[in-house]
Amino acid sequence: MHPADNPLVSHPRKPGRFRVIWHKTRKAAEPLTDSALALVPIILVIAFFQLLVLKQPIPQMGKMLWGLLQVLLGLALFVRGLQMALFPIGEEMAYNFVRKGNLWWLLVFAFALGFGTTVAEPALIAISDEAARIAASGQVIASSAEAQQSYAIGLRLTVALAVGIALVVGVFRILKGWPVQYLIIGGYFGVVIMTFFAPPEIIGIAYDSGGVTTSTVTVPLVAALGIGLASTIHGRDPLIDGFGLIAFASLTPMIFVMAFGMLY
Amino acid sequence: MDGMAHFLATLLTMLRDVLPIAAILFGFQALVLRRKIKDPARVAMGMVFVLLGLTLFLEGLETALFPIGRLMAQQLTAPEFIYDSAAAAAGPIHWLDFIWIYVFAAAIGFATTVAEPALIAVAIKANQVSGGTITVRGLRFAVAFGVAIGVAVGAFRIVTGTPLHWFIISGYVVVIIQTISAPRLIIPLAYDSGGVTTSTVTVPLVAALGLGLAETIPGRSPVLDGFGLIAFASLFPIIAVMGYAQIGEWRANRLKRRIEQK
Repeated sequence: MHPADNPLVSHPRKPGRFRVIWHKTRKAAEPLTDSALALVPIILVIAFFQLLVLKQPIPQMGKMLWGLLQVLLGLALFVRGLQMALFPIGEEMAYNFVRKGNLWWLLVFAFALGFGTTVAEPALIAISDEAARIAASGQVIASSAEAQQSYAIGLRLTVALAVGIALVVGVFRILKGWPVQYLIIGGYFGVVIMTFFAPPEIIGIAYDSGGVTTSTVTVPLVAALGIGLASTIHGRDPLIDGFGLIAFASLTPMIFVMAFGMLY
Repeated sequence: MDGMAHFLATLLTMLRDVLPIAAILFGFQALVLRRKIKDPARVAMGMVFVLLGLTLFLEGLETALFPIGRLMAQQLTAPEFIYDSAAAAAGPIHWLDFIWIYVFAAAIGFATTVAEPALIAVAIKANQVSGGTITVRGLRFAVAFGVAIGVAVGAFRIVTGTPLHWFIISGYVVVIIQTISAPRLIIPLAYDSGGVTTSTVTVPLVAALGLGLAETIPGRSPVLDGFGLIAFASLFPIIAVMGYAQIGEWRANRLKRRIEQK
């Protein structure tokens, strides 16, 4: 007897063709529906405040819908690209460095990644130009264009150096298996101590510079690198040892920028 | 086509950002590690997706959300709006006059964080590494909740004019106390989620709110007080994520105790 005809074995009902097509479309559209869900809160917030609190119509509806469509597609593409390129590269390089077994090259790579990705970061360029203007208006530096520019470049290099050093120390921590909280809490004490000595104009910028350094392309790479290292090295746990690089890279710039403000 | 030219300009800026990163990656891969990348066609395709995706994302934000978001931040912080609702333009400012600003700060902080691409990336990784225990959506909502509280407290600080560092130092104390008692597995991830919350979507809108608020309130300077909101937005998610894990653990323990009693 053919197994399908055996009345003693229950067979799951074959799903209809419509169901199969529906399921496949839903699977294929998943990145899009996910990004759409990510946008719902923003749309609700803007609609609520515009219509009910400020009591104004939404300007240029058509343009707005077009922009939202771009955001939607862009987010879905980015997430797909993450999984195809940024995550695998970060993990593969971590694996290759461990296989090569050369600690110095790994640390040089960590520094280059941190310094190189930060020094050209647009958000950092904007914030250091702003800081140079503040310093000039507070007569910390001469108000000439050259003085402002050299101040802004100095600040940018300081932050990039801070991120580079953070990744070096952070990678070293993963290799050694030190708990991340020692580094972070040590960093907090650094920030607090520096706050009492740094000139007040620099404090706000220093605190904000921690938040702007980690860009959308760097974060997935650095996360994948850390997790790759922690899963390749024997005795390390990806969850406990793999995360923490980004946190440290957003803490050191605060300390370095305040030091820069004191020395300049 | 004006839109097309603008799109290409954004694409070029994006390319300029990504090129140094690509140079470092492929330089080390080719010169130091001397190994071929697995499946280079797929990786190249993925890089193109990342580049195009981020460009489209930024273009769309610039067309649809940033203008209206900035405008709303300006309108909500404009003296006419605030004092009209409080009907006390002449008297000293009271922090309660700004109630809509705190609500807006919290709402926009939450909403922009949920859409932050870097946070999505970290959440996906955390979900993979934890074997599904940490859900992508759960982590994103916990972080977004933290940013909401953070930005609202930051707005309150600008209104009252309390020095920034007292808030940040108190935040650190809370983080240290939580670190001692929170489940060990969540700590590194909680720290990291503080660093990723503030990038593409959150910074422009939150910064506009801070600067608008500092300009409106007498006695605040945009340069001294306008900054600092981003620092709040990266501190509070740490507290929120650890808190989320602590509540989860507490509930699991309570359930276990109940089962043992029976």
